[in-house]
Amino acid sequence: MALSLRVAAISTVVALPFGIIIAMLLARGSFWGKSLLDAVVHLPLVLPPVVTGYLLLISLGRKAPLGAFLADHFGIVFSFRWTGAALACGVMAFPLLVRAIRLSIEAIDRKLEDAAATLGANRGWTFMTVTLPLALPGIIAGMMLAFARALGEFGATITFVSNIPGETQTISAAIYSLIQVPGGDADALKLVFISVVICFAALLSSEWLARRATARLHGA
Amino acid sequence: MARSTRDGAPARGVTMLAVQVEKHLGEFALDVAFTSESRATALFGPSGAGKTSLINMIAGLLRPDRGRVEIDGEVLFDSAAQTDVPAWRRRIGYVFQEGRLFPHFTVRHNLEYGRWVGGHKSDPAAFKHVVELLDIGHLLDRRPGKLSGGERQRIAVGRALLMQPRLLLLDEPLASLDSARKRDILPYLERLRDEARVPMIYVSHNATEVKLIASRVVWLDDGKVTATGGVERLDAAQVDMLA
Repeated sequence: MALSLRVAAISTVVALPFGIIIAMLLARGSFWGKSLLDAVVHLPLVLPPVVTGYLLLISLGRKAPLGAFLADHFGIVFSFRWTGAALACGVMAFPLLVRAIRLSIEAIDRKLEDAAATLGANRGWTFMTVTLPLALPGIIAGMMLAFARALGEFGATITFVSNIPGETQTISAAIYSLIQVPGGDADALKLVFISVVICFAALLSSEWLARRATARLHGA
Repeated sequence: MARSTRDGAPARGVTMLAVQVEKHLGEFALDVAFTSESRATALFGPSGAGKTSLINMIAGLLRPDRGRVEIDGEVLFDSAAQTDVPAWRRRIGYVFQEGRLFPHFTVRHNLEYGRWVGGHKSDPAAFKHVVELLDIGHLLDRRPGKLSGGERQRIAVGRALLMQPRLLLLDEPLASLDSARKRDILPYLERLRDEARVPMIYVSHNATEVKLIASRVVWLDDGKVTATGGVERLDAAQVDMLA
């Protein structure tokens, strides 16, 4: 349970900076391969989660070149660890995160960024002081969506890092295991209830935070 | 130093601003050359004459296809020499038609924005001077969303002034206001011209405003300069034509 929350929270937080960068590229950039990048980012949304998990396994598993390289040189091991569960959740939630942030960046009036430039702000300052704060409602919404998605992730996680109690068994995997065992229904129902409550709370709080951020923008 | 600009205007020391730019925007072609030495020069012409495009090129927000922009002898843009100083390093204040205040900052933070991103020390005397000049002291803790159109434009003027610009561009700052609000703001703009000691380029299609604010006028029509001269040359006929 706590593991699930940790996995979902860490995957969301770690994915956030990448999500902002990719969203910025997709919203503002014009470069060769942009539609390809867009497609790759959205792939986990349409691929069967098991396929995503398997792709992670063959690219980042211990025996895979990239996985071995990370393990040998940086001591980063994903396979059959909770970090792997976080990675799988992050990858699965990434399209939702990018989409929400991208839409909010696209909605920003670029004339405000021009105004910042005439006042002496270079591109970095403009991004930090104008673009990012104005995109905040979308960033919050994206994080909450990603968090809820990560919490519910099952297919990719179980394929990539299996279902090891205490290490990679997230709430969804635990519910699945309990349902398979005779007499596990009562415990499964408890976990179901908890996950409904968490996701509901996440959605409500994101709605509230986003509304507050929007109200601030419009001068309340 | 006896250099002269392409359109034959006097060289550095006298010339404040020398502009010679060409730009194609779809079907529209802009080809303009003018110099401005006076404290307040108006760019005057009907909508669609290319006034806003022209000052965007002076500010560095729009890149000319060809030409040269020079201010006090410093080249800001020169297509021949491939010089293009980015907008954020030009130190040219810009008051936009719609204000463009930052909605997520208070009025005070909007006013201080230029100083803040420029990394300059706070200058309470300058701040106080601008706040008094524009009479905006009572608005400092509000957010732009709660201001009237006239208040917003005064803040926009103050924000541009407080970055200590060497030139102030005003793009139809009164166009979005009703006539009563316009009459409220015009005195502030006159005070600005007389007290702030920053040369102004005032863009407008309103002859009354231009007569009040500017001393020199550059007439623009269809992307070309049709005349230049003193503000006294604005006659009633033109007022009717453009109204």
